Amino acid sequence: MRIGDFRASYAHDESLWPTRVQRAWLGVLAVALIALPFGANGYQVSLACMLGIHVIAAAGLNIMTGYTGLISLGHAAFMGVGCYTAAWFAQRGVPFFLTLPLAGAMAALLGLLVGLPSLRIKGLYLAVATLATQFVLVYVFREWDSVTGGVRGVNVPNASLFGFELLNDQRMYFLIAPVAVALLVAARNLFRTRVGRAFIAIRDKDISAEVLGIDLLRYKLAAFAIGSFYAGVAGALLGYFYRAMTPEYFTLQLSIFYLAAIIVGGLGSMLGTLLGAVFMTLVPELLRGIVASIAQWAPSATEILSPVQQVVFGLLIVGFLVFEPHGLLEIWRRVRRTFHLWPFRA
Amino acid sequence: MSGNPFDWIALAEYSAIGLLSGGLLALIALGFVLIYKGTGVINFAMGEFMMLGAYFFYTTNVMWRLPTLLALVATLAAVALVAALIERTVLRPLAGQPVISVLMATIGLASALHGGVDAVWGGANLEMPALLPRKPFTVGEILVPGQVVWSFVLAATIITAFTLYFRFSKTGVAMRAAASDPITAYVLGIDVRRTQALTWIFAGMVGAVAGIVVASMTSLSPALGGAALGVLAVIILGGLDSIAGAIVAGLIVGLIESLTAGYLGGKVRDIVPYVTVLVILLVRPYGLFGTRQIERL
Repeated sequence: MRIGDFRASYAHDESLWPTRVQRAWLGVLAVALIALPFGANGYQVSLACMLGIHVIAAAGLNIMTGYTGLISLGHAAFMGVGCYTAAWFAQRGVPFFLTLPLAGAMAALLGLLVGLPSLRIKGLYLAVATLATQFVLVYVFREWDSVTGGVRGVNVPNASLFGFELLNDQRMYFLIAPVAVALLVAARNLFRTRVGRAFIAIRDKDISAEVLGIDLLRYKLAAFAIGSFYAGVAGALLGYFYRAMTPEYFTLQLSIFYLAAIIVGGLGSMLGTLLGAVFMTLVPELLRGIVASIAQWAPSATEILSPVQQVVFGLLIVGFLVFEPHGLLEIWRRVRRTFHLWPFRA
Repeated sequence: MSGNPFDWIALAEYSAIGLLSGGLLALIALGFVLIYKGTGVINFAMGEFMMLGAYFFYTTNVMWRLPTLLALVATLAAVALVAALIERTVLRPLAGQPVISVLMATIGLASALHGGVDAVWGGANLEMPALLPRKPFTVGEILVPGQVVWSFVLAATIITAFTLYFRFSKTGVAMRAAASDPITAYVLGIDVRRTQALTWIFAGMVGAVAGIVVASMTSLSPALGGAALGVLAVIILGGLDSIAGAIVAGLIVGLIESLTAGYLGGKVRDIVPYVTVLVILLVRPYGLFGTRQIERL
C-alpha cells in the first residue's frame, strides 16, 4: 500500500514524473518501445507505426479540444495539409527532418487562418465552421492537381537519413516512435507553462480568462496553431509511412475518429490521448480478427465487417459518454487506486 | 452558348429549380432546428433519420407491398419509436453535459445507425418507387420537373403545419415554453421531459419524410444520410434557432447550389454550402437570423 506522495522540494513538485515507481515504469516502457520492432512480426510493426501516427494527431486534437475547449471537426484535413506539404518538399529532395517541421508549420499556418473566427464563434458554431473547413480542404486536395495529384493521389519518396533509406515499416518505426514520444512529452510540458495554463483557463470559462488578463485571440490562435502543427506532422509521417496518399484518406470520418479517440481516452490528458488512440485503433483490428475467425464457418461474415466496425465505433462513443464520461483515463485511475490501496478498498 | 446573348431562360430555370428544391433543404433544416430549439443539441444523426425513414419505407412499401399510405404511417411510427428510444437512452442521461459531449454522442449515434442500416439492408443502391408526379410544369418557356415542384409543396405544407401547431396547439405552446426556458416551464407545470421526447419524435418524423422524398427522387443507398451535413450549413446560415431562418436559408442555398451546378459544374456544387457558411460566419457569427448569445459570468 502506498500512503502518500511526499514532495520535499519545488523541483520535485514540478517534476513531470515525481515518483521513483513512475520512472521505473517509464524505463520499462522505453525498453519495450525499442525492443518492439525486433520481437514483433511485420503486421504488428506496421500497426505500431499507425498507432504512433494516431497518437500524435490525437494529441494535437486534445490540445485544441480537450485542453482549450475548441471543438474541431476538421482535424483530418489538417493532417492532409501536412501530408501534401511533406510530399511536395520531399519530391524536391528536402530531407525528412526538414519536411516534418515544414509540414507542421504549414498546417499551423492554416490553423491560424481557420482559428481566426474562433474568437467570435464557439461551441456548436465553431464545430460547424471546422466541419466546413474539412469539406473545403478535401475539395482543394481533390482539385488542385498540380500539387496534390488530385484524386489519383501523390507519391511520397522514401525518407532517408544520410543515405540510409527508411524503406520498410521497421525502419519507419524508428522515425515515428521517437517523434511521437517527443511530441507527447512536449505536449505534457506545455501544460506546465503559462501558455498551457492559459489554454485551460480558456476552456473552463473564456470570459473569466479574459478578465484575468489572458489575451483570448492570441491564445485561441496559439491553440489552433499548435494543434494543427501536431496534425501536420502526423500527416507527414502518414505520407512517409504509406508512400502514397489520396484525398479519400483525410475524410470527416478520420476527424471523427480522432474526436472519438480523445473522448474515449479522456479529454484534457495526454495519458488519456495515448490510451484512447491505442484503444480506438486496436478495437477495429480486434473485430477484424473476430470476424475472420467467424468467416471460417460463415464466409459471408466478412461482408458485414465494415458496418459492424461502424456500429461498434458509434456505440463505443455513445457508451463512454453516457457511462464513463471521463474515459479510459478514469478507469485506469480506478484500477491504479485499487492496487495502491490494496488490501483496503478504494 | 458562346456568341449568343445571355441566356435568360436558362438562368430563370436554374433559379426556379434551385428555389423549389430549397424547400426540401428547408424541411431537413426544420428537423435540425426543432431539436436545437427544443433541446439545445445539434443532431448530427439527422441524415441517419432520413436514411432510416427511407429504408423503413422501402421495406414496408416495396418488400412487404403495403399500400403507400399505410407504409408511410408504419414508417413514421417506427422512426418515432427509434427517435424516442434514442432520446431516452442517450440524450437524457447527457442533459447538462458540455456541448462537445452531446455533439459527439449524436455523431456516435450517426455512425451506429449508418452501420446498422448498412448491415441490415446492404450497401447497394435500391430502386424506390416514384411517389410524386413526374409531369413537368411549364411557365412560358421555363420548364421545371414535376417532382421538384411537388416536393416543394409537400415541404411547405409540413413546415406550415408545424408553425401553426407551435402557435395554436396547447402541446405546441408547451414545447415552445420548454424550449425558451426549461426551468421556468418546469415550474409552471409543463412536463419538460415529455416535450423534449416529443421534439425528437417530431424531428425524426420530419427527417423520415424528407428522406423518403429524397430517396424517391434519386435512389436509396446508405449515402443518403450524407446529404444532411450540407443542410447543417443551411441551418448555420439561418441561425440555429430560427424556423424562419431555416426556410430562407434553405431557399438561398438551393438557389446558389442550382446556379453553381448550372454554370460551374457539379463538383463545385458540393462545397458551395460550406464556403457560404465560412463566409457568413466571418461576417455574422450567429447566422443571418439567429439570436445573439449574451454571456454572463
